[in-house]
Amino acid sequence: MTAPARRPDHGTTVSTVLVVPGMHCAGCMAKVERGLSALPGVASARVNLTARQVQVEHEPQLGIPALIEALSLAGFASQPRGQELEAPPSAVKPLLAPLAVAAFACMNVMLLSVSIWSGANGTTRDLFHWISAAIGVPAIAYAGRPFFVSAWGAVRRWSTNMDVPISIGVILATGLSLWETVNHGEEAWFDGTLMLLLFLLAGRALDAAMRDRARAGVDALLRQAAPGAMVVTPGGGLDWLPASDLVPGMTMRVAAGERLAADGEILSGASRFDQSLLTGESAPVLAGTGDAVLAGTLNLESPVDVRVGAAGQGTTLAEIARLMDAAGQHRSAYVRIADRASRLYAPAVHTLAALTFAGWMIAGAGLHQSLVYGIAVLIITCPCALGLAVPVAQVVACGALMKRGIMVKDGSALERLATVDRALLDKTGTLTMGRPLPDPAVIEALPPEGAAVALGLASHSRHPLSRALVEVLAARGIVPAALEQVREEAGTGIAALWNGKAVALRRPEGAATMATLLDIAGAPAWLIPFADRMRPGSSDALARMRALGIEPALLSGDNAAAVAEAARATGLNGRGEASPADKQAAIARLQAEGHKVLMAGDGLNDGPALAAADASIAPGTASDVGRQAADVVFLGDGLDAIPRAVVAARRTMRVVRQNFALAIGYNLLAVPLAMGGLVTPLLAAAAMSASSLVVIANSLRLAGAAR
Amino acid sequence: MNGIAFLIPIALLLGLGGLGAFFWALRRGQFEDLDGAAARILIDDEDDSAA
Repeated sequence: MTAPARRPDHGTTVSTVLVVPGMHCAGCMAKVERGLSALPGVASARVNLTARQVQVEHEPQLGIPALIEALSLAGFASQPRGQELEAPPSAVKPLLAPLAVAAFACMNVMLLSVSIWSGANGTTRDLFHWISAAIGVPAIAYAGRPFFVSAWGAVRRWSTNMDVPISIGVILATGLSLWETVNHGEEAWFDGTLMLLLFLLAGRALDAAMRDRARAGVDALLRQAAPGAMVVTPGGGLDWLPASDLVPGMTMRVAAGERLAADGEILSGASRFDQSLLTGESAPVLAGTGDAVLAGTLNLESPVDVRVGAAGQGTTLAEIARLMDAAGQHRSAYVRIADRASRLYAPAVHTLAALTFAGWMIAGAGLHQSLVYGIAVLIITCPCALGLAVPVAQVVACGALMKRGIMVKDGSALERLATVDRALLDKTGTLTMGRPLPDPAVIEALPPEGAAVALGLASHSRHPLSRALVEVLAARGIVPAALEQVREEAGTGIAALWNGKAVALRRPEGAATMATLLDIAGAPAWLIPFADRMRPGSSDALARMRALGIEPALLSGDNAAAVAEAARATGLNGRGEASPADKQAAIARLQAEGHKVLMAGDGLNDGPALAAADASIAPGTASDVGRQAADVVFLGDGLDAIPRAVVAARRTMRVVRQNFALAIGYNLLAVPLAMGGLVTPLLAAAAMSASSLVVIANSLRLAGAAR
Repeated sequence: MNGIAFLIPIALLLGLGGLGAFFWALRRGQFEDLDGAAARILIDDEDDSAA
């Protein structure tokens, strides 16, 4: 890069972060970095591929628009990073340092312990114990902090969690070991304590890594759709403003294929609007001058100028957001399986340790010896394998699902997904593709040269119908015809010359449905109707759901006739014209009957229902709100992601239960030994690592869970 | 016994060195962009003059 030449300016540069959603490989990184570095006034540009962002150090007089322009020349769309798009703090990073410290200390102390186990005694043993203490005590204090903090939080509220028995065990074991060290004792437990912390931290870090990775995927999707609008400035120019900066009274120019960023009233122009994301209504609505249009709707046909009526908090969106807030609180009451297990486990362990202590006291073993045995019970039962049982299984399953394009936001989503027995599906955008697709019969019937001309014409337009046509024709392997003099007229269509003949893709006159007319001079015109279609494999997916014991039903905001037709086609019970609040109520009713409900939806109107259901899934094409509210987001077209995710979730829970059984089985073997005073630090270390390895190995069987 | 007097400090220092290197990397932000680090090696930078 060209940094050295501009070093003198270093003190005066400012830093800007741009979001570049289109980057995905080394080539993209190089293009973005070089494209920006080539600008005069840019000191450096550094891409963060994980966050899909580039950080630019540049002179203050160089504006953000110039940077965006340079990136678009390099072929990348970009946006300045807004406050809400800032990457959320990583959950793994705070755990990395404790994990590294625990690993370092554990290895070194274990090295010393091996020599003690092999028979070092006298001064050597004392020396080794002292060195172990010098390494172990600060390391335990530092690496144990995440547990101590969480345990203290629980104890203060008079409740308990997995961290309480861990913290008590760790602190008592460290105290005992110190006491033994000072008094030239035979056994110190620094090695076991550190190993325990190492395994537990590894489990925590895995759990956090899974959440971070899925969240990064969902965030990248969200950033792609940062809402905003081209606003007509008083001077007559156009300026792109983010949705949060729109003010009532401004005029937005909304091109065909764009989503409205705010509610408003059409000033000039007329077009059809797809409101499916907002209301579930599948038929496009015709709106002309003076008609009201809603934020989140898609302009299908021609550019319109819209005067902003309400923006941000004043829109229909705000009402939906309010419903979602209320719904989300219900879900946070869910208690994860590891915490449920520890509620039973912690009192049992503490009772056993206390009984051991009391028993040996009564048997007359003396205070010191009884205490040693009691603490041995605590250490041996510390939920080491139990701490790994859940996260390792969930991480492996989520990794397998992610390879299949199914992103699970966190482990608790998998737990909830495994329990569902009812599914409510939204129609538009979930059961169907949610966008107009050309009639397959007509596409099949098109003559080859007609298809080539249609593809050539459509590829010149950003209109939603043209984009759909390009996608379908290109997928059929058709090569676009070479065209000359291509002109796009907004609102009417595209025209060009092909081998000297006039060709055009036009909006048909007075057509009741969405369609486009392929016109080739000297040949009969082709009418290509467009309609929303079922996702591929829907009926298979629904049948698989039934086989899994999940009864699917339709719940849509679309008009009753359209829902009835979809219900007939899929054999489901359907209910139409459901408002966001109706959907929430329907879920609450099923939950009151004791069912666990899976909600599948994509639209803004599904947001409250997605948040209220026991588990929720949204397609990657869903609205921001849908993707944020859902537990699981699937990429790709097929609806088979739903049964696949449920199957994987159930298999994961089965493995988690096996892991619990293994961990508890190990305890059943080890606890009697510990209570009998037969456990040495060597035995504890061996048993602990063996049980952890068994649990990890069992979890790895989930690698193929998403098949 | 004399061997131990050398070997234990050496082992500890080596371990501490590794731990220190990890902390240095963590603080320098080398774990910020793992995907990017993996892809960066594939960039052909023939035309770059100086880094």
